[in-house]
Amino acid sequence: MKSAAQTVADVASGASSANEELDRSLGAIRARNDELNVFLYVDEVGARRQADAVDEKVRRGEDPGVLAGVPIAIKDNLCQRGIPTTCSSRILEGWRPPYSATVIERLLAAGAVPVGKTNLDEFAMGSSTENSAFGPTKNPLDPTRVPGGSSGGSAASVAADMTPIALGSDTGGSIRQPAALCGVIGVKPTYGLVSRYGLIAFASSLDQIGPFAKDVRDAAILLEAIAGHDEMDSTSLPEPAPSLSAHVDDGVAGKRIGLVRDLVDGADDEVVDAVEGAAQVLRDAGATIVEMSIPEFRLGLSAYYILAPAEASSNLARYDGVRYGLRVDADDVTAMNEATRTAGFGDEVKRRIMLGTYALSAGYFDAYYGQALKVRTMMIDAFARAYRDVDLLLGATTPSVAFKLGSKVSDPMAMYLSDIFTIPTNLSGEAAVSVPFGTGEAGLPTAVQLLGPARSEARLFAAARILEIAEGR
Amino acid sequence: MTLPGEWEMVIGLEVHTELQTATKMFCGCANHFGSEPNTNVCPVCLGLPGSLPVLNERAVELAMAIGMALHCTIAPSTFHRKNYFYPDMPKDFQISQYDLPINKGGFLDLPDASRVSIERAHLEEDTGKSTHLGGTGRIHGAERSLVDYNRSGVPLVEIVSGPDIRSAAQARAYASELRGILIATGASDGRMEEGSMRIDANVSVRKAGEPFGTRCEIKNLNSLRSLVRAIDFEARRQIELIEGGGVVRQETRHWDENLGATSTMRTKEEAEDYRYFREPDLVDLAPDDAWQQRVRDGLPKMPAERRALLSARLTSSTEAQFDAVEVVIDLNLETYVHAALDAGVDPALALARAANELAGDIDNLGHLSSEGFCATLLMEQRGDLSATQAKTVLGEQLAHGGDPASIAASLGFERLSSESLEGTVATLIEQFPDEWARYREGDEKLAQFFIGQVMKVTKGQANGKLVVEQLQARR
Amino acid sequence: MSSPLRRDDVAHVAKLARLTLSSAELDMFTEQLGQVLEHANDMSSLNLEGVKPTAHPFELLNVVRADEIRASLDRDEVLAMAPDAQDGRFAVPRIMGEAP
Ligand SMILES: [Mg+2]
Ligand SMILES: [Zn+2]
Repeated sequence: MKSAAQTVADVASGASSANEELDRSLGAIRARNDELNVFLYVDEVGARRQADAVDEKVRRGEDPGVLAGVPIAIKDNLCQRGIPTTCSSRILEGWRPPYSATVIERLLAAGAVPVGKTNLDEFAMGSSTENSAFGPTKNPLDPTRVPGGSSGGSAASVAADMTPIALGSDTGGSIRQPAALCGVIGVKPTYGLVSRYGLIAFASSLDQIGPFAKDVRDAAILLEAIAGHDEMDSTSLPEPAPSLSAHVDDGVAGKRIGLVRDLVDGADDEVVDAVEGAAQVLRDAGATIVEMSIPEFRLGLSAYYILAPAEASSNLARYDGVRYGLRVDADDVTAMNEATRTAGFGDEVKRRIMLGTYALSAGYFDAYYGQALKVRTMMIDAFARAYRDVDLLLGATTPSVAFKLGSKVSDPMAMYLSDIFTIPTNLSGEAAVSVPFGTGEAGLPTAVQLLGPARSEARLFAAARILEIAEGR
Repeated sequence: MTLPGEWEMVIGLEVHTELQTATKMFCGCANHFGSEPNTNVCPVCLGLPGSLPVLNERAVELAMAIGMALHCTIAPSTFHRKNYFYPDMPKDFQISQYDLPINKGGFLDLPDASRVSIERAHLEEDTGKSTHLGGTGRIHGAERSLVDYNRSGVPLVEIVSGPDIRSAAQARAYASELRGILIATGASDGRMEEGSMRIDANVSVRKAGEPFGTRCEIKNLNSLRSLVRAIDFEARRQIELIEGGGVVRQETRHWDENLGATSTMRTKEEAEDYRYFREPDLVDLAPDDAWQQRVRDGLPKMPAERRALLSARLTSSTEAQFDAVEVVIDLNLETYVHAALDAGVDPALALARAANELAGDIDNLGHLSSEGFCATLLMEQRGDLSATQAKTVLGEQLAHGGDPASIAASLGFERLSSESLEGTVATLIEQFPDEWARYREGDEKLAQFFIGQVMKVTKGQANGKLVVEQLQARR
Repeated sequence: MSSPLRRDDVAHVAKLARLTLSSAELDMFTEQLGQVLEHANDMSSLNLEGVKPTAHPFELLNVVRADEIRASLDRDEVLAMAPDAQDGRFAVPRIMGEAP
């Protein structure tokens, strides 16, 4: 499929039109959506209206925007005014938000064409997109396997050439892990770089919206378009969007990159090979590779599975049947709340709500939640120490290639372990990119992860681009 | 109310006050009482999925102003979530300040010179409002309830006193003094009947000198009268319970205004587990010196200082004057009084006219300048107007404005000539020889009798002081 | 902090979170949550005395907005989302107790 950058150039020059690009996207969705269950809702009318507006601007000689005419898939935990937004949950089925997320407003202003809402693990809780109330999404590269999660639908949309780019959200790896499993680029930006306003919260202090793309340049263009301070989000970084696409070809000469044993150990052989291969490519491009260990990373999973559920238990309290979404009737309001939540939430969501409620409850707060907050500090300090020595870190994104549908659903702990390499970055609030690199079991893609300090996106993209070139892309 | 034996009350108050901001605490919806239901709502204050709070700068400044007026330390603070389910709370948690409040450790001095410590004064958001259908319209027995979220997210400051209050009267004085401060800072309109100031009272009893007893919290007292009645009832209930061999259970109690009684709402065992944790969607608050100074510079004089300034100008200290000073301070009438004193009006007269005539028609003060007020009182003091006439002239000024001299003229309030007053007094002496004789023998009370008779004849237009002068001249 | 999570704990937490669990679910969740808490025990052995807890990844301070009115939502649109509404308000079944 044509890249987003090429699409913008073609639409702006008149070589193509936003409507033609939209037709191609809708055609690809029609061809495979029944099979793969990528989109929960396709907004043909709204997309057509936006494509018309872009084409009209081109006709009038106005600037059609940095994403002019580029079809984009939106994870269904991002609010879009008037468009069903479900979080893949029965509890929000049929809800149409009366407002749009800041990222949606920015995409529309940049001329992008949102084509629809993609499937996810319910409330972004999961690593396989099997925890969706509306059925699992299948990996376009092998439909017997999962696309990863929770942003599995958005990753699959790009992998299946339904859209050149997509938006997802990453709380513990929910962009990078499905990107790795679907063979596309996935970016977890620095916390606060992209406004969370309109992103339906899972764990507020960890959630971050980010891009999926076929190549690094597209990811950079998309991130530039959505980043920058937003007065609607108190945790939004106070500065405007950084310049990213201009630095994609900066290379890594003279950079020091830490190969972190703790982000490789325990992974499948092909994944370990991929990381070592990537290290060699970066070395060949002029970087110095430093082997290192950051043992604190091993504590990430424990801290994460206390902190994220704790915040989630509070964020998801509002689904009570009073103001919007599902209501299951009962005699009094408490019984109604309980009946609604019991019917509306799936098992994984219930698990996390209860886990978080427990971790925050009287008597357990200090032992679990309080301790996890301190481990988070340790994690941040450990990253800071590493970045005193190196510019970036390198490791695996996920321990294995895409696994079979159904193989981990009954074992939550096994599923949680898929996020072991991605979680540390969410805890530190810093940036990371997953880049497809190498091939694993059954010819499926493997991936490596590049990690950097806060606001290091340009540096990460430059390094990712080196790996992309080595892979012949 | 006096308590039996050596019993003593121990009271701490939690006062919630809505802040007079233009918008809500975390969103740009209007903070306005009395709008059509659910018209001042947006994704944030409805708790819609994906919405995020952003703190209102003015709410922070009003909270600081309250803290400064209460001699608190303005401290670095954080926001927490207080988690519990309730239909009038859209997110099913309340954003409030918990272990690190914006104001801590202050005090409030009451007019009787007692001091009540302030533990903290913190920011939090209000809930929506439910109305109950079916049954009696109260929550119990209702068939269903309707919720309006206009009030949801309105900024509140909760002011928590130390357990320093020892009587219902002192609790009332505290609440009333605090209300004056809230109004003076511009933080609140102080309208208890509209719910913009609500009080919870923690009440326990003990024998003097003993450690604190178990306390009960009485929720949502919405008038000073309820506050006094509820505290008195609750203290008596606890004493009777203990003297009957029982023990007080720590619990939350509800005050029923009609029954005049408190009743159990929730016992300690049923208390919620609020699972407080830091609000991840808000950042820390730490107003720097410059910001604090800006707020401090904008603070007006507080009631205590204003009261002291006014009291210092009084020539005697009677109960009536003390009460009048209270009214004048409460209603912000001191500009009139100070102007009158500057013009040489007797303090007792200035206070009386302000505390009665002006206070009685507070909504019309816009029509009356302090010059007009002074001029009227000077005419009265000179004897150009009788008391009744002066009140009438003030009333006319309040109603329609205008110059007091012309009003007096148009009403025919010509000064009674001393000749005609002399004539009236002479006639009355002839009419009442016995009374006159007793007056001459030194019974001063009879002066009042003659003044009354003169007033009757002149339809209240005579000046009492001049009558006494006449009587004395003829003695 | 070893966490033999008991069935009662899960039942209590479910009540706090307004969820109804069947007996089989109670068993399942007790086991699954127990596993996660057991895994979390690797944090309990750490001596973190004096370590500052991190609630926010970055220390931003004093983020405030001006006290200026912005457009509210249209009431019809707001109430159209509601499962039940009456007289311009959201309608709910009877409320059993007063707010805490
Ligand atoms: Mg409170
Ligand atoms: Zn609002």
